[in-house]
Amino acid sequence: MVQSLDRLKESASQTAGPYVHIGCTPNYCGIEGVYPQDLGRTMLTPQTKGQRIRIVGRVFDGVGTPLKDAMVELWQADAAGLYNSPQETRGKADPSFTGFGRSAGDMATGEFVFDTVKPGTVPFKDGRPQAPHVTLWIVARGINIGLHTRIYFGDEAAANEADPILSRIEHRSRVETLVAPRTTEEGVPTYRHDIFLQGERETIFFDI
Amino acid sequence: MSGGSFYQRDRQWHPPAYAPIYKTSVTRSPQKALVALDNTLSEMTGPVFGHDVLGPLDDDMIRNFAKDGEPIGQRIIVHGRVLDEDARPVPGALIEVWQANAGGRYRHRKETYLAPLDPNFGGCGRTISGPDGSYRFRTIKPGPYPWPNGPNDWRPAHIHFSIFGHGFAQRLITQMYFEGDPLIWRCPIVATIPDKAAVERLIAPLDMANTVPMDARAYKFDIVLRGRRSTLFENRMEGN
Repeated sequence: MVQSLDRLKESASQTAGPYVHIGCTPNYCGIEGVYPQDLGRTMLTPQTKGQRIRIVGRVFDGVGTPLKDAMVELWQADAAGLYNSPQETRGKADPSFTGFGRSAGDMATGEFVFDTVKPGTVPFKDGRPQAPHVTLWIVARGINIGLHTRIYFGDEAAANEADPILSRIEHRSRVETLVAPRTTEEGVPTYRHDIFLQGERETIFFDI
Repeated sequence: MSGGSFYQRDRQWHPPAYAPIYKTSVTRSPQKALVALDNTLSEMTGPVFGHDVLGPLDDDMIRNFAKDGEPIGQRIIVHGRVLDEDARPVPGALIEVWQANAGGRYRHRKETYLAPLDPNFGGCGRTISGPDGSYRFRTIKPGPYPWPNGPNDWRPAHIHFSIFGHGFAQRLITQMYFEGDPLIWRCPIVATIPDKAAVERLIAPLDMANTVPMDARAYKFDIVLRGRRSTLFENRMEGN
């Protein structure tokens, strides 16, 4: 026999269920007066540095129906590529930008929306630059453990080409499921990005 | 906790994405393999919230929605610690909870169960773990709740928990169940978890030592988040 490693097991995940909004976006589901504002509802202040962009999309199930009860969280670096996190050691991030957003899918259309800034470049472990990206975490009824994915930007073709993660994905045809094309809507640079949970166009999800 | 990458998640311990006993998972589960991504800064960092986001009643669901009295139901305290896999406390972790009222009715626009709403109960609370990882809520014990999965499926009494650690890779949503509830072992959502020991870790025991006499019973629920390695700084182990 050998000594025990004596480690605890992580608490097992369970689905967020259909009423995740009660806990995470209570104002959005009609529970008003408990919290002044839903967490992660607003990512920007007038002082936030960087180029304003909008990220919009929907989450589809395996039969092509948009989820109307998903919750999407977004985590990203600031315009200079710094994370507003105690774990960030390279410098101080923009104090007017937390980098965290949370969007409940619209109850009628399922659309999630983030008004944010375009993130700067963050290094990979070996120091090579990663292409600008945001990290998404998706939970919903029917999703037993939150799904991690990334969104890269369609107007960063050269950086995406050299990205250490994108460039090593074996199935090249799937890389585009992580890249959002740039358009302009209502005068705002907008990246439309639908997530497909299952099937032909299935989005790449990461085991991080 | 130091700032290194996180221990790999044991996906045999967590529920699989596809668990047909829970019907909604059938069309909401990826069919392709997850792509392994060794943590970069994007996963090792995460939002950390200060106490300035909290209001004075955020951790007291008996009072935070009260209109003209207190909610009806069994008064309870739910408390415990947030730890990592090395049993180190995780301080500063934002914990959000939500639940149905004593009759199993959720306060949500899309909810149609015939049990009535409680005018003094909202069902949401939040707090931030202390320096030793401890947290505490006051609430009403939620009732079981029927749901359209099988023809006669009922959720056990449960409280949903959403936890932020220090890195986005630690992000976790789970559910707490109550000791002795016979519905736990009949529930398809509980049964998505393959290992009985993993289920037992989600069942909070009655904690008489922390029960407030003539006021509220206590349940103790510890939460374990992923542990992390020592910091890799310029490819050297820092502090090792």
